Amino acid sequence: MTAESASVLDNLDQLFTDYLAVLIATVMGFVLIITALVASRLLAPYSEEREKGTTYECGMLPIRRAATNVGMRFYLYAILFIIFDVEAVFIFPWALSYVGIGPMAYYEMLVFVAILAAGLAYAWKKGALKWQ
Amino acid sequence: MNNELFGKDINVWIDAFIRVNIITIMMTVVVMGLIYLERKAIARFQMRLGPTRTGPMGLLQSVADALKLVAKEDVRPRNADPWIFELAPYFVFVPVFLMFVAIPFAVSWEVRVLDLGLFYVLAVSSVNIVGWVMAGWGSDNRYAMLGALRAAAQSISYELPLVLSMIAIAMVANSLNLSEIVAGQGRIPNIILQPLPFVIFYIAMLAELNRTPFDIPVGESEMVGGPYVEYSGIRWSFFFLAEYASLFILALLASAVFLGGWAWPLGEDWGRWWQFILTGVKAGAMIFSVFWVRSTLPRLRIDQLMTFSWKVLLPLSFIQIMVNGAILVYEPEKEVGQTLLGVTSVFGVFFLAWIINRSVTRPRPRPVVAARGEAVP
Repeated sequence: MTAESASVLDNLDQLFTDYLAVLIATVMGFVLIITALVASRLLAPYSEEREKGTTYECGMLPIRRAATNVGMRFYLYAILFIIFDVEAVFIFPWALSYVGIGPMAYYEMLVFVAILAAGLAYAWKKGALKWQ
Repeated sequence: MNNELFGKDINVWIDAFIRVNIITIMMTVVVMGLIYLERKAIARFQMRLGPTRTGPMGLLQSVADALKLVAKEDVRPRNADPWIFELAPYFVFVPVFLMFVAIPFAVSWEVRVLDLGLFYVLAVSSVNIVGWVMAGWGSDNRYAMLGALRAAAQSISYELPLVLSMIAIAMVANSLNLSEIVAGQGRIPNIILQPLPFVIFYIAMLAELNRTPFDIPVGESEMVGGPYVEYSGIRWSFFFLAEYASLFILALLASAVFLGGWAWPLGEDWGRWWQFILTGVKAGAMIFSVFWVRSTLPRLRIDQLMTFSWKVLLPLSFIQIMVNGAILVYEPEKEVGQTLLGVTSVFGVFFLAWIINRSVTRPRPRPVVAARGEAVP
């Protein structure tokens, strides 16, 4: 085994050790909730009354299901969010390494951000950022 | 594959298990304490007494609340989607719990040092909005549905300034490893170098937590509680637990990233207990300021809220990142660079304050209302 592949294996090992804690924490989180739910099931009273299962709408009986059409504006914000969030993910590796590369890397990111800023300005002008 | 814990060499699985358990216990105790402290603090702000009856000075109030919630009937509406409704509390709570893994409390006292710690925390923190939308969709209630959509819109809007302010910090610290970021602040905490990202982070944190003045998704007077209207008993308490746990974790994150965590101002030689106390005091100050803001400011309207994020905070955080980049590329000398960073960022804070002041004090044209109550065009 070469030194390089050994170090790759070491890195994988380290990655596994690091994110093992994340795995265990996930399982613990679920176990915590399940324990509480079981305790509640054992302790809490339960009745089969039909009226209790109606949807809470301040005393009135709800007309139709709640999952109906919703406003278009949520969709617009979601699309804008995806654009800028993906961009943020691109900026992360750049932010840690551009100093070593030199001014050219900085100007490239400036162009990238300028294009997105133009996009934001366009959305602003078109009124996509306005809650209506 | 062994690891050191309490000076003993043990297996990684057991090591991670013990650390996660310690975190679990600490989180539960702190959340119960926070609920009590918030009630007491808000009561003092409003010249009331708060809880006094349960235990000495009402100290057992949270325990009594927890017992009540466990022993309360867990109702599921007939129309609700069973799977989505039942799974929503998991998706709200577990991501918040996962954030604790990367947070450093003292020198080598964290569950695990992750190389991408800051990125991991930000990534995990945005998952729980899925749980909110599940709760709103699953419970088949109009209030819940609207609350969930508003929570999603608000949360994604304020996530961008939050992430971008963190990128500004990562550029200055030149690391995403939270322990390294804290250790690098031994002399100057990041809040001096980067006050504008701190202010942006603080505002975005209030919005992510659905706290006043950004509590539109859960506002009692319009949404009757928002996405979790239909939840009761122990299932509801997990939404509450997640809310306070994320308050605690974001305060810890702010204290680690901006206020110097355990490193500033004592340095590393003062021993572990001082470091715990420093982290705790800084996080406590952040939490107290959140309570203070809650009892001081009124709720914003939703259009003001979205406008503020997209038209003010987002451009400002981009400008901060680009300014940081220019300074760090062209000014390798440390002192000059740090001074420039601090000065430009302070200007940014003044600009933000000016914008807020202008939008608060600007006179607004009111629509003329005719005699019959219709607006005159």
